[in-house]
Amino acid sequence: MQEMTMKFSTLFKLGALGAALLVTAAHADQKLLPAQSEIGFVSKQMGVPVEGRFKKFDAQIAFDPKKPEVSKIAFTIDTGSATVGAPESDAELPKAPWFNVPKFPQASFQSSAVKGLGAGKFEVTGKLSIKGNVRDVVVPVTLTQNGATTVATGAFGLKRLGFKIGEGDWADTSMVADDVQVKFKLALSGIAKF
Amino acid sequence: MNSTSTTRYSPVAMALHWILAIALVAIFSVGVYMADLPFSPQRLKLYNWHKWAGVCILILSVLRLLWRLTHTPPALPGQVVNAMPGWQTAAYHATHGLLYALFFIVPLVGWAYSSAAGFSIVLFGVLPLPDFVPADKALAELIKPWHEITAFAMAGLAAMHVAAALKHHFVDRDGLLQRMLPTANGQ
Repeated sequence: MQEMTMKFSTLFKLGALGAALLVTAAHADQKLLPAQSEIGFVSKQMGVPVEGRFKKFDAQIAFDPKKPEVSKIAFTIDTGSATVGAPESDAELPKAPWFNVPKFPQASFQSSAVKGLGAGKFEVTGKLSIKGNVRDVVVPVTLTQNGATTVATGAFGLKRLGFKIGEGDWADTSMVADDVQVKFKLALSGIAKF
Repeated sequence: MNSTSTTRYSPVAMALHWILAIALVAIFSVGVYMADLPFSPQRLKLYNWHKWAGVCILILSVLRLLWRLTHTPPALPGQVVNAMPGWQTAAYHATHGLLYALFFIVPLVGWAYSSAAGFSIVLFGVLPLPDFVPADKALAELIKPWHEITAFAMAGLAAMHVAAALKHHFVDRDGLLQRMLPTANGQ
């Protein structure tokens, strides 16, 4: 009896693996085109908007515009690639109070649900993980297709203190606001027409 | 005849002179101090205060120039004019003219540097001011030394101005300083 259960279990796992492989195969050609993609953020320092961006990130995407609900979208962002354009600030970003790059070299996003809203608009719900802190986020995404390239754009707000970005003296929100706006433009290849 | 009214500066001119004198010493000191601070909230705070103060000084300087252009300052007393050699008269006019020019140049160069460096000025953290130069790293590096150079030039000229005023007061004892002092009682 126990052997039987094990066999079923193994079979089930194999089946799941097979299905996963099929999904992967179907979307194997879906790729992020990093050179045409941007992930940026705007923080406010004493009321002054300061723009920054990540230079290095990657995505694993299995997205079907016709069946958005079965889509999976995952991102990894190299926290060490953050820049705000000022050398002295950039030198601080990898340190412990900010992104703590030695301990948390990557931030990640993993979708849990994708909802189609029509007219190329989607709502992606998922978990955003930065510095080991995981928070639920809802990201509105607009897709535009131009030839073989699909461009996904969107923006969402996050609370930096929820991820412990800017600790100690820098936790003071009168200096650096808690609200940070994240903006992205992601060029993807291999997304089906919609 | 009340000679005081014609030989002393008006209360408005005095107020603008002394408010700006104190403000300029303060902002110059903060500027020199903050430039060497390590990256910290304290540094960020001082930089923003410095920018806000600079904008206020610029506005006060505009008011002061308008007042100066619409109100004739008291003429130098005859005995002072007669006692001054030509080079001193020339230096007196040059110092005042250059100081006035720098009241505008120093803050405007600072503002331009801030914009070029990508940090727009938001007055008191609430009022965004326009950028009259684009955010451009190369341009920022080009402008950066000039805020310091012009500020130190102003400090040097202000030191000359103070030295000359003290010389008139303590060496020449000609009462010239009383013209800018609100509680002057001797002429």
